[in-house]
Amino acid sequence: MDDKILNLKQKLKNELDGIQSLVDLDKVRVAYLGKKGSVTDLLKGMKELTNEERKEFGKKVNELKQNVAKSIEDKTAELKELEIKAEIEAMPQFDITTPADLTRGSYHPITLVQRQCETIFKSMGFTVEDYAEVVTDYECFESVNIPKHHPARDMQDTYYLENGQLLKSQTSAAQNAILRKYGKNLKENGVPIKAIFPGRCFRNEATDATHENTFFQMEGVMVDKDISISNLIYFMKTMLSEVFRKDIKVRLRPGFFPFVEPGFELDINCLICGGEGCPSCGHGGWLELCPCGMIHPEVLREGGIDPEEYTGFAFGLGLTRLAMMKYGIKDIRDLNSGSLKALSQFTDDE
Amino acid sequence: MFLSMNWISDFVDLSGLDKVKLINQFSLSTAEVENEIFFKGSEVSGIVVAEIKSVLDHPESKKLHLLKVDAGEDELTDVVCGAPNVRVGMKTAFAKVGAKIGEITIAPRKLAGYTSNGMCCSEAEIGISDDNSGIMEITDDVKNGTDLKDIYEIDDIVFEVDNKSLTNRPDLWGHYGIAREFAALAGRELKPLETDNLSLYDELPKVDMKIEDTLCQRYACLRFENITRNVSPVNMRIRLFYCGMRAINFLADLTNYLMLEMGQPMHAFDSRKVENIRVKRFPEPFTFETLDGVERKIDENTLMICNGDTPVAIAGIMGGLDSEIVEDTTSLTLESATFDAASIRKSTVRLAHRTDASMRYEKSLDPEMCVTAIGRFVYLLKEYDKGVTVISALTDSYPVKYDDIKLSFDKAFVDKYTGIEISSDTIVKTLTSLGFGVKLDGDVFTVDVPSWRATKDVTIKADIIEEITRIYGYDNFAINTTRSPLYPVRMDAVKCDEEKIKDILVKRYNLHELHSYVWAYYDEQKALGIEVEDNIKLSGATNPNIETIRKSMIPTQLCQVKSNVGYAPEFGIFEVGRVVEGVGSDNLCIERKKLAITLYSKTCDVKSLYFKLRDILATITDDLKHKALGFKPTEAKHSYEHPVNLNTILLDDEAVGTIGIVHPVVGKKIDKKANIVFAELDMESFGGKASAGITYSEPSKFPPMTYDLSLELAPGKFFADLCKCWMNEGKGILRGTKIVDTYDTDTIHSITIRFEFSSNERTLSSAEVQEIMDKVIENLSKIGVNLRG
Repeated sequence: MDDKILNLKQKLKNELDGIQSLVDLDKVRVAYLGKKGSVTDLLKGMKELTNEERKEFGKKVNELKQNVAKSIEDKTAELKELEIKAEIEAMPQFDITTPADLTRGSYHPITLVQRQCETIFKSMGFTVEDYAEVVTDYECFESVNIPKHHPARDMQDTYYLENGQLLKSQTSAAQNAILRKYGKNLKENGVPIKAIFPGRCFRNEATDATHENTFFQMEGVMVDKDISISNLIYFMKTMLSEVFRKDIKVRLRPGFFPFVEPGFELDINCLICGGEGCPSCGHGGWLELCPCGMIHPEVLREGGIDPEEYTGFAFGLGLTRLAMMKYGIKDIRDLNSGSLKALSQFTDDE
Repeated sequence: MFLSMNWISDFVDLSGLDKVKLINQFSLSTAEVENEIFFKGSEVSGIVVAEIKSVLDHPESKKLHLLKVDAGEDELTDVVCGAPNVRVGMKTAFAKVGAKIGEITIAPRKLAGYTSNGMCCSEAEIGISDDNSGIMEITDDVKNGTDLKDIYEIDDIVFEVDNKSLTNRPDLWGHYGIAREFAALAGRELKPLETDNLSLYDELPKVDMKIEDTLCQRYACLRFENITRNVSPVNMRIRLFYCGMRAINFLADLTNYLMLEMGQPMHAFDSRKVENIRVKRFPEPFTFETLDGVERKIDENTLMICNGDTPVAIAGIMGGLDSEIVEDTTSLTLESATFDAASIRKSTVRLAHRTDASMRYEKSLDPEMCVTAIGRFVYLLKEYDKGVTVISALTDSYPVKYDDIKLSFDKAFVDKYTGIEISSDTIVKTLTSLGFGVKLDGDVFTVDVPSWRATKDVTIKADIIEEITRIYGYDNFAINTTRSPLYPVRMDAVKCDEEKIKDILVKRYNLHELHSYVWAYYDEQKALGIEVEDNIKLSGATNPNIETIRKSMIPTQLCQVKSNVGYAPEFGIFEVGRVVEGVGSDNLCIERKKLAITLYSKTCDVKSLYFKLRDILATITDDLKHKALGFKPTEAKHSYEHPVNLNTILLDDEAVGTIGIVHPVVGKKIDKKANIVFAELDMESFGGKASAGITYSEPSKFPPMTYDLSLELAPGKFFADLCKCWMNEGKGILRGTKIVDTYDTDTIHSITIRFEFSSNERTLSSAEVQEIMDKVIENLSKIGVNLRG
């Protein structure tokens, strides 16, 4: 009997040495420890033994059983370890330095610049207004103090439609409607009018690298009691510093626009040379950026607001120009070209 | 417009001040000055007056002469000169050895075998005119050897003002008005203009002149004769040249000089051609030859200066060839007038002819200036040509006058507008220096607007604020934020949706946002076989590509897809833009804001592409509205629409857009090998719909049950039809359905739908699920949908 146990032990040892996979090992486990396995078989011969011997033998078989189980367990662990090792070795080294797949969508650059401006003004409590592109003569001109035959109408070649309406030549076309929309709340509840209105504008002119007949502006107004020139300068400087993400020097010069009085041209110090003078600012150190001013009393009055009681400022910002400056776009026509080669580059701008 | 500091200094003493700094200040306070400032004469030195004492022909050269000149030194100087106009006794400009002209320093130099110890100069070489035909001829009585800069204003600082920035300042179209600004900025006094006393001629006969049209505000004229001078004084010619005008002859130069000095255009007629001056319009159109030799069409709106019934000049724009001063002209009639600005501007546009005069007239000139200008003209005329005789009385007709403007405001008004403290004293001083009459009574200012500012420029109190603040200097403003109460700010629903949609399309679906034009792309659409549908047009359009306003953005996007074929095998584009759907009964355009999406793919089959677009729209709607879209097949109405699978998109049972496949004819023209699908959503309809919000459903603790049904669908049966069969049968435990399999052959279309049941209260029994499903199967068979065999 003891021989049988010894033989079995030896046999198992030999078999385990040859085993390479967990599947084969499991077969061995069944062959020894299963219901019909070799170890179980040993117990079948116990009938011929005396009680004493049986007791002794049973003990030995149990020891054997535990030994076998232990050996298989050890072998399992060993195989698992080998398997992991093989798996690790099988992993090839990837070339992470190859160009990444950056397939993704894109925003129009105007959207990016417009959003930045909107965010700044929203954070200062301005509403963002949307307005039509086809407007009336009244909205675009009359209501903002540009009566018929006014020379200011010469400054902008307007696209008139067959029905007498026109494609708005300036975002100021929304001004009257906005003054009326919020005027009631101003007068009754003292809520200041603070609004910006980005929009597409149209001017009948030949296009080239710096001229477009279709472009974007953003206009802003603020009306309250005691709004002053000093406030206007503050808002312009703050906005532009936020847009360009650095402290911007601004200066005002008198400028003539019928819808404001006094009217200003606002210059910022050249972003390229910082004001020293360079080719991109015509060696002047300043860039003319946005017309602004105190809203003309007639414009307020036309919007239903008493200019004796309230004052306000308005400004216009060329979003198209801003986008071109910000991204170094040299040909304005790229913006409406519909060319994905050009425009798919503007994936985001955070 | 070019301006000369020397000229300005005639009227205001700027000595001791930094001129460049003043010019900068002018740019910040008055009108925009171009960046480049010209330091005239700075490149020229050492040029003196010299007299030619002898002239010998060069033995070998036909052109060269050997001169001896007296340059004010002990000995005569030998000079070799190639100018044709050399002669003995002539005085000229001479660059001595050591003189500088630009980069060149004059040194003794051999010319064709002879040494030249200096150079006789033309006016162009000195930079005081463009005359290079010969050496300068100096007729003034000056001592040889005198430095030219001591007798002529060669040194000058010239700057250019952007004409556009003078649009609203009729008073700044001449040096005198500009000098007034410099005086105010520098705190110096403006000198009065020296003029001739015209009342001296009151006894002389008047000119027969009559204004017969209200478009002429004022007409003044004067006759004189015996002009002997032909060439203008050197300094006058230098000023004209520095300011961008060519010298012609004394009389023409003087009218130009006056215009540049005072901003008042003037015209001199041959008196024989203007015996009876009439200012009027003609009822019938005719052609008229202006003094530049061009035949121009004159219509019934163009104001003319006439001799009786014969037109002699286009009022405010240009004189006629016929009445021009000629060789044998002896008597001259000088016109100084003011015309209706809008009328001049419109005539200029009609004639497509803008002149220095019309440019000024269209700014609304001050009529008060007319007679002053004549006084100034005669003063200068007499100064430079002593023999001139005035032969008529000043003849002046002034039917249209501007109102005097008086404005009143208090100190608080100024404080409120500026937001800073500017003292009453400063206010009074500033306005006075600009020519305003100011009275201060307590806190109240009363201001008389001077005539040259009262034509349109300064009419209200706010205009006065500008005068005060611009001279005060915007750079000197303290800047302050506002003190306004805070209120919540609500954003426009459509605008909010628009921004979210852009993010979904770009970030989740990798689409590209493009912009386009609002008019139909005529040529490009035609090439693709997309009809340009009739719609409202731009009036007077000349280019069919910029003419018809688009009704839909899809044709535009198809053109864009065409131009981007080759960019990638698959891409999608979108735009939020506007269209005009027609003109309403109120004659106003029906403008709508749209979202257009077009997907293009060479790799994706048409069905997958179509469903991708459907899923994009459904995602947008689920994200923004927490609602499902509906679809309803619709008939194709446009040339670019495939008649099959064209659907109206429904939200809350209301049409909000269209989804479809591109018509094969158009599709093949874009790209034979690609599939293209499109959708257009009405942003206003879509944005107007409220969001259903998120309704939270608690996850069940009990096991769910599923039940699969495989159904055979006949053509024309849609999933939406099937849904109705279980919509009301779920008994609160049918939690959802999804398609888990589809199976298609040529004849059979079948789908497997998985029904998911669960309850939050109990474990479901198969019996209760079966009961529901039996009912569903019964409903399905009622609409002709049976289980797959």
